Amino acid sequence: MKHRLFASLCAGVFVVAACSSSSTPTPATPAPTSGGGGSMAPTEGASATPDLSGKTVTVGGAFVDVEADRFNEAMKPFEDATGAKVEYSGDKSFEQNLNVQVQAGNPPDVALLPQPGGMKNYASQGKLYPLPADIVANIDANYAPGWKESGTADDGKVYGVFHRVNLKGLVFYPKVYWDSKGYTAPTTWDEMQTLMSQMVSDGTPPWCIGIESGAATGWPFTDWVEEVMLRTVGPDGYDAWVAGKTPFTDPTVKTAFQDVLDIWTNPDDVFGGINYIVQTNFGDAPPNAFTDPPKCVLTNQGNFITTFFPDSVQADLDNQVGVFPLPAIDSSIGTPGEVGGDQAVAFADRPEVWAFLKYLTTSQSGESWQKAGGALFPYKDQDLSLYSSKLDAAFAKTLVDAPAVRFDGSDAMPAVVGQGTFWKEPIKVLTGSEDLDTALKNIQASWPSQ
Amino acid sequence: MQQASADVPRRGLGQSLVAGVGRIAVSVFVPIVAFIVLWAGFIFLRDSGANKLVIVSVAIVWGIGGVAMLYVIANWLTEKLPNAWQRRILPFVFVGPAFAILTFYLLVPAVITGWESLLNADGSQFIGIDNYTYAFSNPDFIVAIRNNVLWLVIGTLFSTVLGLAIAVLVDRSRMSRLAKTLIFLPMAISFVGASVIWRFVFSFQPEGQPQIGLLNAILGAFGIAPVSWLTGAPLNTILLIVILVWGQTGFAMVIISAALRGVPDEMLEAGRIDGASEWQIFRRLIVPTIWPTIVTVATTIAILTLKVFDIVIAMTNQNFNTQVIATLMWQQAFTFFDQGRGAALAIILLVAVTPVIFYNLRQFRGRAI
Repeated sequence: MKHRLFASLCAGVFVVAACSSSSTPTPATPAPTSGGGGSMAPTEGASATPDLSGKTVTVGGAFVDVEADRFNEAMKPFEDATGAKVEYSGDKSFEQNLNVQVQAGNPPDVALLPQPGGMKNYASQGKLYPLPADIVANIDANYAPGWKESGTADDGKVYGVFHRVNLKGLVFYPKVYWDSKGYTAPTTWDEMQTLMSQMVSDGTPPWCIGIESGAATGWPFTDWVEEVMLRTVGPDGYDAWVAGKTPFTDPTVKTAFQDVLDIWTNPDDVFGGINYIVQTNFGDAPPNAFTDPPKCVLTNQGNFITTFFPDSVQADLDNQVGVFPLPAIDSSIGTPGEVGGDQAVAFADRPEVWAFLKYLTTSQSGESWQKAGGALFPYKDQDLSLYSSKLDAAFAKTLVDAPAVRFDGSDAMPAVVGQGTFWKEPIKVLTGSEDLDTALKNIQASWPSQ
Repeated sequence: MQQASADVPRRGLGQSLVAGVGRIAVSVFVPIVAFIVLWAGFIFLRDSGANKLVIVSVAIVWGIGGVAMLYVIANWLTEKLPNAWQRRILPFVFVGPAFAILTFYLLVPAVITGWESLLNADGSQFIGIDNYTYAFSNPDFIVAIRNNVLWLVIGTLFSTVLGLAIAVLVDRSRMSRLAKTLIFLPMAISFVGASVIWRFVFSFQPEGQPQIGLLNAILGAFGIAPVSWLTGAPLNTILLIVILVWGQTGFAMVIISAALRGVPDEMLEAGRIDGASEWQIFRRLIVPTIWPTIVTVATTIAILTLKVFDIVIAMTNQNFNTQVIATLMWQQAFTFFDQGRGAALAIILLVAVTPVIFYNLRQFRGRAI
């Protein structure tokens, strides 16, 4: 029941989001009522913060360049209030290298882990310190249900604090071109198929897709499959699948894979064909929608993909970019939202580390990044009007209002599946060196037996 | 050093009492003091929060000074022994430290890895040879073995043969120095750096788009459709081997051309007077003379190809069936956190490299005597 409610609510909010981004740019202006709560957090934090001058908190994460700059910027209020220093170092192969650091006994004080599986692994090895009660209380008060669960290890203790999060299953399109062709956002899978064939007959392949991502190559495909699974078997069926109770060889999973492959492997439906998809970085494909004329139109990605759009588009996001949720397949299920995000976990037990993690549970820790764009925050008390675009504000509202969230399935599966065969086997199917049944069998066979 | 000078009066005192007892006391006392000094240095380096520059300087002095001190003390102690014993023990004093370090950093980890390969993912349970069974029944691993064989044969063959050919030909050219520099240049670039460069050679864009990849741009100039070089196995592995050959030919060339200098001119001249053709001189005189060098170069490159990792990760992330044993090992150990399977793959790799190393060592021994 609860899931149903969530699904329909999501669908409702998504429609609002879609409206806000289509022809009329005014509706769904985020209600500034939450601003009061947002402005309370800093004063509260300031009165409670101890003097930590001269202390340093080292933080490791997987994001680099612009995102790292924005993270550092967002940590300034903490540094100013406490005198402590936050030293962030980003590394694209962070998850692999962190394991080496942990084995060697010198991990960063705080790690930003993209995968709940990684958190559970380190927690079971006894490398992590569980969050103190006051931080858990903050999470209970300031996050939608689901985030705490995603930060909880098998021993039932809470280890992870979510800071920047993302919402997936959003289809972005170039608004100017879209309007000139008179397209309308599809609300069902069939409508989407009709729209796609219309685009093909207009001479432009519908989808911009790239799945290269360093050692994580393959994850965009898993996101597609997860979104289709959410839309065909619903949140309960999704949970069973992610937990390993529904095998990959199950017909429902095969159908989901097949739905995605039908689009990806049709040379008319994707820009550049399969060889382009498997070799192109996930961030290099979407800008093809903003050339004149566009090389492709649609990008199914998380909210963060806007940071990969051309600068001129990013500067004018609300007028240049339209968005609709990946349409429903089963109308009784609708379009449940899929989320992801890095969770901060503590490898050190020092006052400044806990002060830092506590800061990450406050909306203040996201404010400068809200303004800079390209990030969503899950805080209930955040000021939605701070977001640089109405798109982001609408996404954030979806997150805050959700009665529950579903975490990215591949990130929650055991690493050998979620970061292994589920990434690698589909690439073999795409490049034609394996058929789908073999791939599904291999993925299932790799699932750890215990 | 300070301890040594501080001990001098003590020794004098000891000698004036009972010479033998004094000797023994000093022999025990000096190593103990040396050990305490080294240990204190280690504790300081480990725990001190001092300025990084200070720590670095102390580390250098401690490291180099410590080794020198150990040698001096060990040497001084052995010299106190009767001559016959001195001769017997001295070699071990000089080889000992190197042997100890090798044992600690190579032998012990290898043995531990061997043991871990018989344990489960987190090392909590003994599972026998299951990890090896898993490896050899995994289709990805079979492809990895095929790829490693391709690397071994093609990579070693082409690097060595090209290195030899260039060394022989360029030696006769007036532009010898320039040509050698250019060919040696890629040696200075890491394999990851080289891969970044070569990605631009193999880059693929769909037909009708501007080709930023060198190969596809050339094809485009002749009106041929672009080829997706890196997605089709086993061609992609061979193209990755090209990068290794590009990097290693310079190494082979430099070593071989040094050996060519050692070929006596009189011998070549005698051959020419006897009417041998240039090809015969090369085949019958030059190659046999420098054969040990060629073998050393080839085995060195062969070991490199068996361990190859960075090119594969940087170019294709071991997708498209380009995986090799080393990348699978890394994936098991660091992505899947399965220490057992990772260790098993490491041992398989070690076993695969061992014959080459043995051959190489035998060559060395043959030359040394």
